[in-house]
Amino acid sequence: MHLSSKHLLGIRDLLPEDIQLILDTAKQFKEVLQRPIKKVPSLRDVTIVNLFYENSTRTRISFELAEKRLSADTINFSASGSSVSKGETLLDTVNNILSMKVDMVVMRHSATGAPHFLSQHIPAAIVNAGDGINEHPTQALLDALSISEKLGTLKGKKIAIIGDIMHSRVALSNIYLLTKMGAEVTLAGPPTLIPKHIKDSFSINVTYNVKEALEWCDVANVLRIQLERQNQVLFSSLREYNQAYGITKQLLQSIQKDILIMHPGPINRGVEIDSDVADSGQSIILDQVENGVAVRMAVLYLLSGRKEATA
Amino acid sequence: MQDLNNMKGVTTIMEEKQLTLTLKRLAHELIENHYPFTDTCIIGIQPRGIAISDFITQYLKEMHPEVKLNYGKLDITFYRDDFRGQIHIPSITELPFSIENKKVILIDDVLYTGRTIRAAMDALLDHGRAQKVELCILVDRKFSRELPIQPDYVGKSIDSIVTQKVKVYWGEEKRVVLYDSV
Repeated sequence: MHLSSKHLLGIRDLLPEDIQLILDTAKQFKEVLQRPIKKVPSLRDVTIVNLFYENSTRTRISFELAEKRLSADTINFSASGSSVSKGETLLDTVNNILSMKVDMVVMRHSATGAPHFLSQHIPAAIVNAGDGINEHPTQALLDALSISEKLGTLKGKKIAIIGDIMHSRVALSNIYLLTKMGAEVTLAGPPTLIPKHIKDSFSINVTYNVKEALEWCDVANVLRIQLERQNQVLFSSLREYNQAYGITKQLLQSIQKDILIMHPGPINRGVEIDSDVADSGQSIILDQVENGVAVRMAVLYLLSGRKEATA
Repeated sequence: MQDLNNMKGVTTIMEEKQLTLTLKRLAHELIENHYPFTDTCIIGIQPRGIAISDFITQYLKEMHPEVKLNYGKLDITFYRDDFRGQIHIPSITELPFSIENKKVILIDDVLYTGRTIRAAMDALLDHGRAQKVELCILVDRKFSRELPIQPDYVGKSIDSIVTQKVKVYWGEEKRVVLYDSV
């Protein structure tokens, strides 16, 4: 059994069976991570480059740990401090790295579609670690693993995605994944941060009332306000955003229900989510981070298996 | 059992009656060497060794209900050297005890090239340092080893050629067959 795709560019290209295969494999890797020796030799003949054209803490460390726990050799590349500042193109950079016998590329880029472009020009398998405002597939997979661990399954569960939908690759990957796996999705946030026609593209609900979304859902996935991607004023101030759309303890207590709170990180404390919510027992934010390593191990393991089949 | 009709050159190596007898004999050999199993654990190799190890441990418990048996299951998928050709879906590893300084008996259905057992030993040693590792096998395909690995307990030794395969049926009707794979 294989993944239907040679790369992981986005959840959009995956079949429900692919998603299930990745999640099932990730569960076995979670068991490996509980052992005294948290390492397996599966990828000892594979070299992976982590190509980060954009800043990252969690994703980068998580990928690097996943690679090391699979015994792969890793190289880290970040755009700052490299020849990118001398004007070398993305394709030239990657081809130079690949000529040193590298088998897989994990990449993050601020331009939407950068990994898709690369996939048409290089033979190595590519894992998208976030491209612009398009997709962040491994984040959606680890969110799915965290939800199904807590609730048993994804099918029929109600997930609210709250906040800056417009600039969020996490939101788009989550929407693709959750709808493919039979979960119900509602988007909530200010009208300026929810794309106008998104409701017509997917079978999902949209509301501008956060409380309404919280009352409806089993899980609330709260997104970060991405100030670095906003070049126009979409809401008046952070304080006002917090008052109208932020998840506060008070708001959570006003609904008669225990829901799970998720956040892909990094958190803007006191903006989209308050500290006493982020650190409460309802929050599974750190479980998400823990699951990230297992999910990324599963993705790398399953993609590396296609090496000979495609060569 | 249905696919037996579509297979070529099928020879039955063991009928159900002999299979049961052989497994009971293996259990007795384990008792002979390891009773009362205080510092011994039995580990079945996923996925196909489990039916064998389930039977043997069940029989051991019936024979000696007083014994508290350490019984685990080991998945070796991530340790295989051939997974590039075909991705194997991992099964569950379940070792609810420490193997540190224990005697470990690995159980699998068929011993052929020895590569599965090599992977199993690597997987096992990642859980700790066993004092001793022994191998218990239902069917040993003689003269086909690619690694220097030999079993300590053998159900039945057979002569076979590369193009043949051995399959253990463990459903309503139990049977071990040899057939041509091409």
